[in-house]
Amino acid sequence: MQVTMTVNGEEVERDIEPRVLLVHFLRDDLGLTGTHWGCDTSNCGACVVQIDGEPVKSCTTLAVMADGCHVRTVEGLAENGSLDPVQQGFMEEHGLQCGFCTPGMMLTARALLDENPDPSETEIREAISGQLCRCTGYATIVRAVRWAAEHPAGAAAEAAPEGEKEAAEL
Amino acid sequence: MQIPAPFDYARATSIDDAVALLTRYGEDARVIAGGHSLLPMMKLRLARPEWLIDINGVTDLAYIRREGDVLRVGALTRHRELLESDEVAQLFPIIVDAEKVVADPVVRNRGTIGGSLCQADPAEDLSTVCTVLDAQAVVRGPDGERVIGMDEFHVGPYETALDFNEVLVEVRLPIRARTSNAYEKVERRIGDWAVAAAGAAVTLAPDGTIEDVAIGATAVGRSDRLAEAEGLLRGQTVTEALLEHVAKTVSDAVDPVGDQRGSEAYKRHLAGELTQRVVRRAIARVQGQEG
Repeated sequence: MQVTMTVNGEEVERDIEPRVLLVHFLRDDLGLTGTHWGCDTSNCGACVVQIDGEPVKSCTTLAVMADGCHVRTVEGLAENGSLDPVQQGFMEEHGLQCGFCTPGMMLTARALLDENPDPSETEIREAISGQLCRCTGYATIVRAVRWAAEHPAGAAAEAAPEGEKEAAEL
Repeated sequence: MQIPAPFDYARATSIDDAVALLTRYGEDARVIAGGHSLLPMMKLRLARPEWLIDINGVTDLAYIRREGDVLRVGALTRHRELLESDEVAQLFPIIVDAEKVVADPVVRNRGTIGGSLCQADPAEDLSTVCTVLDAQAVVRGPDGERVIGMDEFHVGPYETALDFNEVLVEVRLPIRARTSNAYEKVERRIGDWAVAAAGAAVTLAPDGTIEDVAIGATAVGRSDRLAEAEGLLRGQTVTEALLEHVAKTVSDAVDPVGDQRGSEAYKRHLAGELTQRVVRRAIARVQGQEG
């Protein structure tokens, strides 16, 4: 079956079986292995990507259901060679250990911040509550998302005042 | 790797088109909306439809609309839309209670009220909510529409009254004066099925006694209303002693199965305790003491 969708800004067209799950379409057909394939039961959230801006679990979505949609994966977070503030936040706040949950966490965080640019810790925890970090690194993930909220233009664009904010948080 | 068995796939362009496709492809066709109940079952090969009819494109099935004393909710309305609707929160706080604990936020972006009800899982929160709210299901088939109550809609676990070529198109929730409602669930972790849950809707008479009440429980072997407990409350002024009696009655009336989520005794206890809490909260909400 023919599917056409926009993945990270580029239109892709493939002929696939209807039973192909979006996570495998992204990884195996498009080679975008940044989307991780985890529990296969929609529990862990390692496979989260955005469809038309909303985070969804790609292991529980058929690729044909994303036909005509805009799909965004972790490979599409950085723009014009500079990391998304969420990615910078994960670096700055040590938001990852093994990194398996990280792409899904970042796509959910990006969607959260697009809607709610200044989320509380509770709101961040709620947003990522359908995603598991097997390293149990939730505290630093939450801090990473807060970092991104406090640096909406990323690290390069700002300089002085954030040092104080970070100190206050710690 | 869990991959569904092979199937053919068709996109419905309208509700009539969906009915026509179901009629054409017969018993082995299934409707798919959010897919977060059906696809996991297909991946485990517990479900093996030959055809999937995708109704995600039938966007005129997604709406929340008040008409007089009825809130009409389109079957394709996502959990997230229900959770974020001010009108729903004001009229039916029980839906907000339940939607907060339906799966997790990412799953709620996709899952729909229609899919939840049609899956008819005994642990499905919205089934209890709709039962307690005395909802009506609007079903479209080749011969037009029919409207059925939740008691008729739910035939058994994973089984509804829908014929193979019928589609649930709308849920109608009656709006009643001096009435409120509540839902509470115990789950082991976010996104898990209920160990047990209970929902209640209470109408208070002007003198403060209970004019009418509906009680339902989730994941404890009863998809119908708990009439035994309702009868104890109707016409009464609620006291803690009466609530304890109600709880005991509910614990005895439910029929849970012990499993890895909890023993039978624990689930009976939960059903009783949660019933007390939701009745108390529903009353407080009618009296404006709690949002």
